[in-house]
This record gives sequence, structure tokens and C-alpha cells, in this order.
Amino acid sequence: MADKPAIGIEIRKLYKIFGPNAAEMVARVENGMTKTELNEKHGHVLGLRDINISMPAGGIQVIMGLSGSGKSTLIRHINRLIDPTSGEVVVGGEDVVKMNPDQLREFRRHQTAMVFQKFALLPHRNVLENTVYGLEVQGVDRASQVKSATMWLERVGLKGFEKKYPNQLSGGMQQRVGLARALANDAPILLMDEAFSALDPLIRVDMQTILLDLQKDIRKTIVFITHDLDEALRLGDRIAILRDGNMVQQGTGQDIVMNPADGYIQSFVEHVNRGKVIRVSTVMKQGGAGEGLASIASDALLDDAARQLIASNATHLQVTDAAGRPVGTVDMAAITRGIFPAGGGQI
Amino acid sequence: MDWLTKFPTMETATLRDLRKAIDDSFRSFTRAWGDTFEWFFEPLRIFLIQAERLMLNTPWPIVLAVIGLIAWFASRSWKITGFAVVALMVIGWFGMWDDTMRTISMIFVCTVVAIAVGIPIGIVMARSNRVQAVVNPILDVMQTMPSFVYLIPVVMLLGIGRVPGVIAVVIYAIPPMIRLTNLGIRMVDKDVLEAADAFGSSSWQKLKNVQMPLALPTIMAGINQTIMMALAMVVIAAMIGVQGLGQPVLQAINNQYFSIGLFNGFAIVCIAIIFDRVSQAYGRRLQKHLEIVHG
Repeated sequence: MADKPAIGIEIRKLYKIFGPNAAEMVARVENGMTKTELNEKHGHVLGLRDINISMPAGGIQVIMGLSGSGKSTLIRHINRLIDPTSGEVVVGGEDVVKMNPDQLREFRRHQTAMVFQKFALLPHRNVLENTVYGLEVQGVDRASQVKSATMWLERVGLKGFEKKYPNQLSGGMQQRVGLARALANDAPILLMDEAFSALDPLIRVDMQTILLDLQKDIRKTIVFITHDLDEALRLGDRIAILRDGNMVQQGTGQDIVMNPADGYIQSFVEHVNRGKVIRVSTVMKQGGAGEGLASIASDALLDDAARQLIASNATHLQVTDAAGRPVGTVDMAAITRGIFPAGGGQI
Repeated sequence: MDWLTKFPTMETATLRDLRKAIDDSFRSFTRAWGDTFEWFFEPLRIFLIQAERLMLNTPWPIVLAVIGLIAWFASRSWKITGFAVVALMVIGWFGMWDDTMRTISMIFVCTVVAIAVGIPIGIVMARSNRVQAVVNPILDVMQTMPSFVYLIPVVMLLGIGRVPGVIAVVIYAIPPMIRLTNLGIRMVDKDVLEAADAFGSSSWQKLKNVQMPLALPTIMAGINQTIMMALAMVVIAAMIGVQGLGQPVLQAINNQYFSIGLFNGFAIVCIAIIFDRVSQAYGRRLQKHLEIVHG
């Protein structure tokens, strides 16, 4: 259903300061004033400082941070539910910050769709009527509204629930409605603000699976906010970590786990199951292709490589690249070193 | 020590002149604009007469059946419907059918006017804190000013009759309609509103799809309050010529007919109970999707 080609999002020099004279404070923050100083001396709150991210089209960009880090503020700049104090948010070549109210409304109707932490469904409408909401706002004719909504409800596993009301559904099912409502909009960008954070752990993993499965088909540019590193590593093609309104580190999940930028991220990463993050290509021995060995893809996870080694009862596996050419070998010792790094794991 | 025991007042002559100036200017305003006001309220008068004629000319079994059906569809409760029908039959048996029909038609017109005027004001108030700051004190005055006081200018402008009666009743009964519309819209869940924004809703779409439906139970409570307050004004409205159950009560006061006062008073109470229970039950039915059913 990805009728419209995916588009990327470029955020440049984005500042958000809360307070009556926010615009005048930007220069002070640019000159290095800290969040605490700004609050004490001028009574303004620093929301975001000099955020620069380039989110590639068709991938899942996770923005991670604890509460108060500014992640929910950041995602609201993409569809301008919050106005920035200064900076650019370029989506598909157009600066969202410069749009007038009409352009912005059109942009929100056709380019973005959003899923919310607290679901934000309309309680007086049944599941089907909630799902058609975005299309109704766009002014699409009723028959296409229902057709698209029914299709997406089926995709998220809610066939047969069309006539139920949100208060009759569990949290997980309500969020599936939220997801179907966003997908029915058929926008190239999907914004997910802590979409799964309110769900209990098993349902959360379920929903992550649904999202990953869907993404194989829809190939939308997804911006996913979370405070949960496991969720970030599972979903994110790229991860950006925010702390107190500052961008601390950006990269793939593996980058972040292997080379945490500072102690703060180090403390996050410590308890991560590295076997589910690090890929075989990182730990393999280059060259030395072994004949007759079972082979594994270079982008496979260490966990899977270990499992395969044990199952095949061999000492080595042959690592192959995307084209199936042998590029190296990997053994259990290398995998173990990858999962349990020297000096790592101390509290 | 005279100045301590006697409160200092302005000169009697000044006070007299002030009152005279206000009275004269209002009187000349009435003379200049009375006809315009009467012309302005002419549609209201026609509406009133038509509503009353409809209630009085329709055969009583049909009126009874229609009221029974409305009670049933609004409340879906046999108890409330049964009470409404039986109470009206008893009222009719006691010879108060025609007056009851007049009162019901007047209350109906007052409620329609209060809704038509009150909801838009409530919506505007919910959208602007400045408007709210201006309207709220006016509503306070409307609610606390003794109703006899604003009967005077209304009667001076429009004379005695149905229309000034309805205007007096609406002034008294409209504040809860406005307040609860404002409150209902302001209480709408911010998250849902943000979602509506995120999907690119225009302000009209937000009002129509989100704010009004979610505020509806609160607005229904406002309508219920408005009806109750309108009924409470029936006797006072009778003083300026509104026909219905209020007039026999007024006669009863003047002539000390205890039983007539009692019967008509009970008839008003019964109508009030019917309107109240039916509109509340309807309001509750509107809310059923807002409650959490799933554990």
C-alpha cells in the first residue's frame, strides 16, 4: 500500500525553549549556557538544544531518552504540533516550520500520521469510525474510507471488532486501532510517540512484531519514540539518544552498544542482551574461507549464530555477504567475546 | 457624634435626579425602540402561539402517546415512561390538562431558545479566555439578580404577554446552558484533541467530530438544569401574563385557595420530575461509551 514514495526527514539546528522571551534566549544557549543556568537566571526552560538528525526515507528512526529528555517534544516538531524556537524541519524538501496554517493542515492530512502513547481514540466512535478518521478529515469518499479502514483493521488483527467501542477493548487492542487509524491515512511518514509504552511487556513485544512485519510491506519513514532500550534496539534501523534536550549519540543499535559515547549511555547499554544486537560481521575473522562449513549471513545476530553453531555441532561457521559470497569465518570464542566483552558487565 | 451612627448618603435631591435621569432615558429608549423590539421578537411570538396551539388542539390520547414515546426513546426505562403517562393522566383527571399543555409548550419554547442562544455563546466562551472573563460575571448577575427586577424593563419594552414572559424565563434559565457548554468543551481530553490536530482537522472538524460529541453529556446536564429553572419561573412568568399552571397558583395566592394552589403546584412538580428523569436518563445513555467497561 506504499503508494507514495517514502520521504526523509531532515532536522537542522533545532532549538526549543519554553518561556515568554524564548527567541531572545537562543543566542544565550548557543553561547553555551546550561539548562540549569537558563532556568535560574532567566526563568526559561530549555527543551531542545541544537538538534541535527537526518532520518533516511523508509527506515525506522528511534529516538530514545528518559522522561524529560525532550523526545516527545522533538517528535511533535515533525508535524509541528509544537512550534520550534529556531531551526529547520525539512520533510520531503519542504520546511515544515515555514508553512502557513493551511499548508500545515494539508501536510498533516497527507504526509504524516501519528500514533499516541495514550491511544487518543474517539470514545464516542466505534472501531471502524475511529479508523476512518484521518480519511474523513481528508475528505475521501465514504466507500473508500470504509474499504481502507477495513483492510488495515484486518492487517492489525482486529477483524470482527469493527462495531466495538474503544472502552470495550484492552489497551493492546486499542493501540492496534490507533495503528490502523494511522496506517489508513496512507501517509509516507508515521510518527509513533511512545506508542507501546502503556502496554504490558508481552503485548508490547507482540505489537513490535506487528510493526516490523508491516514495515516490510509499507516501507514508511517511521519515527519511533521510546524510553526502553530493548525496544529501541529491536525496532530501530537507526537510534538517536537524547538527554536533557541534547543529542548524545546517533547510530545503529550496534554502534551504540559497541561504542557508547559516554558514561551515561554506557550505563544504559550495560544490561543489554548484546547477542540480540551485535551482528556476525563485527566479530568474524576476515578471509580464510573454510570448505564444507555451514554458512551464516554476515548481518545475522550473534544469538542466532551461536544457536546455529550448537545445532550443527561444528567449531566454525562460514560467513557470507548479501550476495552469498564467503567473506570470513566465525567460531564460538569470537561470538562469546562479542556477547561478553572484556571489562564489560561490571556494575 | 451624629456622623458615626448615621451612614453618610448623597444629597436626596441628587439621588432623585439620578433615578429620574435613568428612568427617563430608559423610557425614551423604550418609546424609540419598543416597536423594533416587538418586530424582532415577532417570530418568537408566532413560534409560541403555534407550539401552544399544537399542544392544545391535538387530541389528548395522541399527546399522551407522543410524550410516552419520547420518554421511552430517551430513557429506555419502563419505570420513567410509566410514571410520565400515569402522572399526566392524573393531572388531566384533576382538570388541569389545558394549563399543563400551555406550560409544557412554554417550557419547550424556552428550552429551544435557551439551547439556540446558549450553545453558541458557550462555544465562543470555550475558545477564548477573554470572552470567558467577560461573560462569566454577566452570567453571575443574571443568576443572582432577583427575577422581578429584570421583569420591569422587559415589561416596559414589550408590555405584558407571552413574549416578555419567555424572555424573562430565558434570562433566568440560560446561564447553566452556557456555563456547562463552556465547561464541557474545555474538559475535552487534550490527548484526543491533539490527535485530531495531528490528522489535520480544521477547527470546524474538531468542533463537530471531537469537542461537541465529547461535551454532549455535560451539555445535556445543562439542558436539564435549564428546563428545571424554566419550570421554577412558571409562577413568576404568570405575573406578566403567561398562561399555564402558574396563573391558578397566582389566583390561589390572591384568594387564599389552598387546594387550587396545592393541585397546580403538584402538577408543576410532576412535569418537573418527568422532564428531569427523562433528560437525565438520556444524558446517561450518551455517556455509556465514555465509561471503562474493559478491566
